Amino acid sequence: MPERKIRVMVAKPGLDGHDRGARILARCFRDAGFEVIYTGCHQTPEQVAAAAIQEDVDLLGLSCLSGAHRELFPRVVELLRQKDASDITVIGGGIIPEADFTMLYDAGIKAIFTPGATLDSIVEWIRTNIKTRD
Amino acid sequence: MKTTSENAPVIQYFIAIAKNVVTGSRFFARIMLMETIKKISAGDVRLASRLIRDLEDKLPHARARLKKLFPHTGKSFIIGITGSPGAGKSTLTDALIAEMRKLSKTVGVLAVDPTSPFSGGAILGDRVRMLRHAEDEGVFIRSLATRGALGGLSQAVGDAIHVMEAMGRDVIIVETVGIGQQEIDIINHAHSVIVVMVPGMGDEIQTMKAGILEIADVFAINKTDRAGAKQLHTELSSLLSGAPLSFAAWRPPIVMIGNLYETATFIEQMAELAQKVFDHYAYLQDSGQLGKRMERKAMMEINDALRCCILEPVIAKLTTSGELQRIAEKVINREFDPYSAAEEISKRFLKSGGENDTGKK
Repeated sequence: MPERKIRVMVAKPGLDGHDRGARILARCFRDAGFEVIYTGCHQTPEQVAAAAIQEDVDLLGLSCLSGAHRELFPRVVELLRQKDASDITVIGGGIIPEADFTMLYDAGIKAIFTPGATLDSIVEWIRTNIKTRD
Repeated sequence: MKTTSENAPVIQYFIAIAKNVVTGSRFFARIMLMETIKKISAGDVRLASRLIRDLEDKLPHARARLKKLFPHTGKSFIIGITGSPGAGKSTLTDALIAEMRKLSKTVGVLAVDPTSPFSGGAILGDRVRMLRHAEDEGVFIRSLATRGALGGLSQAVGDAIHVMEAMGRDVIIVETVGIGQQEIDIINHAHSVIVVMVPGMGDEIQTMKAGILEIADVFAINKTDRAGAKQLHTELSSLLSGAPLSFAAWRPPIVMIGNLYETATFIEQMAELAQKVFDHYAYLQDSGQLGKRMERKAMMEINDALRCCILEPVIAKLTTSGELQRIAEKVINREFDPYSAAEEISKRFLKSGGENDTGKK
């Protein structure tokens, strides 16, 4: 049986043009052997959720540096749930105050990486937690 | 201790139950399979995308599903878009989707990007240019990584096309990786091929070369606001007018496409490109060329399937048994040559052995 490829989507929902971090992550995931769908900035949660489903990804990484994560991240999770796609793991990153962590975890975000998180630690988390579906 | 014979009825009882469970689960699996097929043919994106993934990963059950879907395929118009990296394939694909949607046609897009030969990973970024269609249910965009295929596409692209055909998409646009001079696998999959060119990529000798320019059904010269666009148009036209008579029935038109940000003109030019592509399809149908293309495609698919059924299992067996490694060592030490090794292996695996040797020595 050939090994299954991990498919990851990196997206930036909302009005936030700071995509350096997202791009670095996309490259880092490529070098880790994942297939990365990079979709760029300024997307609505609806666009993000639809793209994640069309691409059949295992993991959706949301980046937000604008402070709108409290609205946008839970909305994406909710849209995936509505479309019967809760098996797609959603993680988040960016400028996110620790005070918001619990709220985001409760909303279904599985992990949060803030400035200072090493690339290795993120890749490690994915390798440990993502099992490609059968 | 009971003897075996005393146990026999009990064992038989359990065997009977086990048989029922097996047939039951087989029955259940069959129902599930039919359900999946039904949903995909009704256009279910989730299941379709997942099946494409399973086909990419070469899972055995995926092929079984594809077999069931095959009768539903073959009705879509397949357009190929190819050209060098950065020529504007994704942007033109995006605009072409918009044109197709204006005509109320449902669209499937397969966008191929390269896999890293070092890590096996890939960045699939064609979608960035097509974001505006993300929420349109009439548009299904799926990115594929080449996974080592060299012809400008991914090995799974033919299968993925079938899945989208089965979903009932009217038009399927296949965007190749950014290509050089001879990655022309797209002609085996598409009805009509658009070759996107940009000015400033070399003199007319480049235009005269074989390969990519021969496969175009429609040329798009993109970024015509750049220097050299007119010259490229002249060179291409003179090349086409010098083409041999056998090609004269369809002379690939050249569509000039300017700056995306001059929106009104750009949209007009895209409408022209879409029209030329439909013209070409009509030509294929009227001239009987469509049949020839379909035959070429069928041949290629049978070829691929044979390779999949015959060559790959043999190589897999040789790899797991370690024989391939041993042969490689012998070849390195010059104790053995690859040709004799292949002959010996084929004699073992093919019943007819060398009998069908056609005398090519």
